[in-house]
Amino acid sequence: MHSTALLFALAAIVTASYFGGRSRALAVAGGRLTRLKALPAYHGAYVALATGIPGLLFLIGALMAEPWLLGRLLDPVLPERVRQMASGSQALWMSEVHRYLAGDIAPSVAAPELALYAEKLRTLQRTLTVGIAIGALGVGAAGAVVARRRITVGFAARGRVERVIRALMGVAATVAVLTTVGIVLSLVFETFRFFERVPVGDFLFGLRWSPQTALRADQVGAVGSFGAIPLFAGTLLITAIAMSVAVPLGLLCAVYTSEYAGPRSRAAVKPLLEVLAGVPTVVYGFFAALTVAPALRELGSTLGLDVASESALAAGGVMGIMIIPFISSLSDDVMNAVPQSLRDGAFALGATKSEAIRQIVLPAALPGIAGAILLAISRAIGETMIVVMAAGLAANMTLNPFAAVTTVTVQIVTLLVGDQEFDSAKTLSAFALGLVLFFVTLCLNVAALMIVRRYREQYE
Amino acid sequence: MSDPSQRTPGPAAAVKKARLRRRHAAERRFRAYAIGAVAFAAGLLALLVASIGVRAYSGFRQSYLTLPIVIDREIVDPEGTNDPAVLADANYISLVKQALRARFPEITARSEQSALYSIVSVGAADSVKEYVLAHPQDIGRTVSLRLETADSVDALVKGLTDRTLPADDRGISDLEVAWVDDLVASGELRVGFSRTLFTSGDSREPERAGILAALTGSAMTLVVTFLLSFPLGVAAAVYLEEFAPRNRWTALVEVNINNLAAVPSVIFGLLGLAILLNFFGLPRSSPLAGGIVLALMTLPTLIIAARAAIAAVPPSIREAALAVGASDVQVVLHHVVPLALPGILTGSIIGMARALGETAPLLMIGMVAFIVDVPHGFTEAATVLPVQIFIWADSPERGFVARTAAATAVLLFFLVMMNATAVVLRRRFERRW
Repeated sequence: MHSTALLFALAAIVTASYFGGRSRALAVAGGRLTRLKALPAYHGAYVALATGIPGLLFLIGALMAEPWLLGRLLDPVLPERVRQMASGSQALWMSEVHRYLAGDIAPSVAAPELALYAEKLRTLQRTLTVGIAIGALGVGAAGAVVARRRITVGFAARGRVERVIRALMGVAATVAVLTTVGIVLSLVFETFRFFERVPVGDFLFGLRWSPQTALRADQVGAVGSFGAIPLFAGTLLITAIAMSVAVPLGLLCAVYTSEYAGPRSRAAVKPLLEVLAGVPTVVYGFFAALTVAPALRELGSTLGLDVASESALAAGGVMGIMIIPFISSLSDDVMNAVPQSLRDGAFALGATKSEAIRQIVLPAALPGIAGAILLAISRAIGETMIVVMAAGLAANMTLNPFAAVTTVTVQIVTLLVGDQEFDSAKTLSAFALGLVLFFVTLCLNVAALMIVRRYREQYE
Repeated sequence: MSDPSQRTPGPAAAVKKARLRRRHAAERRFRAYAIGAVAFAAGLLALLVASIGVRAYSGFRQSYLTLPIVIDREIVDPEGTNDPAVLADANYISLVKQALRARFPEITARSEQSALYSIVSVGAADSVKEYVLAHPQDIGRTVSLRLETADSVDALVKGLTDRTLPADDRGISDLEVAWVDDLVASGELRVGFSRTLFTSGDSREPERAGILAALTGSAMTLVVTFLLSFPLGVAAAVYLEEFAPRNRWTALVEVNINNLAAVPSVIFGLLGLAILLNFFGLPRSSPLAGGIVLALMTLPTLIIAARAAIAAVPPSIREAALAVGASDVQVVLHHVVPLALPGILTGSIIGMARALGETAPLLMIGMVAFIVDVPHGFTEAATVLPVQIFIWADSPERGFVARTAAATAVLLFFLVMMNATAVVLRRRFERRW
């Protein structure tokens, strides 16, 4: 772990330069601290920042440029034979090189050209590692020297340090934006490459999904078909089942916690629902595959129904349980926000509690509840582990909840787990599905937030 | 109104009474539905915990066969070198076979002998090897060792196998059942706590499989996640809450953070695959890549929690600090952040708990690898506990069901501990201003 050691070394010289800056400030003050424009600690922090930021930037830049630089420097020794290879066998050759370097292939049995390349790579890597280390520490040290020179009695160290701190905080806030940009760029870019191979219309409106990769080019069905409609249908079916479990149960739970429960039972029930939300989805998936699906299958066979062992009902039902707390806690919040005066008015006219809830509170809270349901739908569409473990892989177009269907997220996972060639339409289709998923959930979230916000303005 | 008892109840009053009764019945029904929904949710949670707990109990236990093993110098180390390389290569299976033949001298037929060998785990020879490597002074002696039994024997001893089934459906022959019963009756075959579960990595045999590698991988991934998301999250929250100018850019950042919190986790896996692995070339399956993906995923939640905690610090604190001459950065770093720290920590522990349970994005960046050894560095291939659960849940061997449940129980234990810490922290340091 060279980079970890290097980070520690950098941290050490940053600490050293802090104390260096501080002692310099004390020295120029000549024992009379009040002469300084800023506290010695700020002078220290100024020098430390001047050391750490350039050093870290150099380190990150150099580590990012390293693979490219290695490629350029090694290009002359790359055997002509390898240069001519297809990208797959080239990668295979490179992995041979790495096995040689790791000592898995003895030098005596390795091909001479491979050994030559590998030895060159080894020396270059060593040189580069040492170079990067010296560079990063050197840049940091240079920063420290320059910054330390600038310290005088009247030097406004605090203002500068505070400006840097603010700037760093601003940079931290943009990380979230960069993440979104990264998501959109990676999805759009790979999807574009996918649509170069498969037409957009075939993907969005095709009725057959079978993304096999062909072993031979002339094989029947060699191209695979990428019609995503069966996946969308399966996702909708499972989401519908999940919502038909979660909406009534979640709403009734919210009615209980916000209207009927006293403070003590509320304090008991709310954490219980939170626990339901805190269970990892892989646990729900295990529960669905191990307990619920076999039970449903057994129940179906006693009733004379043919229930698939990976039925949409099992996955959707368990997903519904997972969604209950999302609906109940959001609905509970909006129902609590309904002014008490509305309820009191209803009671004054002789309404029973349930009449007040059904005819006054629920309609008043309806926009917020609709927002909660939209958020829950977005959650259900994007949920992955439950369906990966409990729903099927076959892309059936059916509305039968006892049949096995597959979903968008299941396909994304199965297409990308395990060995993959990064250029095939099969792998790229996962990114196209991801883009659809991202777009749909984004629209649902934005719609939900807008509805909730508009509703809030009514009572505040 | 006059006293109702003095009025003769007419038909209209009877109708009213009936209607009132109906309305009250409707009230009771509705209330019962609401309570029923809560009870149903609680029941489902209980069912979930029970179905995992029952299986986990058997997953934490393992049946062991105690056998006197003659550690024959001729087989282990004929030249008496005591060299670990020689010891590691020796034929330990034959030692186990010898011991089994010695225990059942009456079995002489070849086919029956090979059936006899199959009652101990395929990995039993490894247990003997580990013992000999740790105690080379015992070579040439006879020691009594606990060996894991095979999956089918384990299931039989724990009572998970239906003995009434025909032998073909049962997965264990009548002969083996008779031997096992014999060994159980003599006390040589016993069910005990499975230490393997906590001391080894993944294995193809459920009786040799453990979660140590996955636990270590989870811990390393979480360390990366925390080191990245905590400073970034707090800094971003402080900036947005205290310094950011109210303009379009800030509004965009805020909307963006709210939306990012609701993006499906599998999308973050795609981001990790396309950007971190394929563009920046981070090592596949490594805790480093996994930690960065989870950090990006938890960052929005953490920022939202930290902002709430910072906003809860009353303005009077800020004004007091400003009044005695602090700069605005000093106000924030010396007063606001320390006071908001319990809330921020609570939020980040809950965020870490969610990251610990996350599976889907880690599948995308290759953390589904078959990991036997405990990872030693942040760039080595590793797996995490939830992914290990996913892998085991997919395995056909019956013993893995119990192991999966046991691993799930361990995961849930850690989650409960983390959430309990958050609750305690909140209770302890929550301040009402």
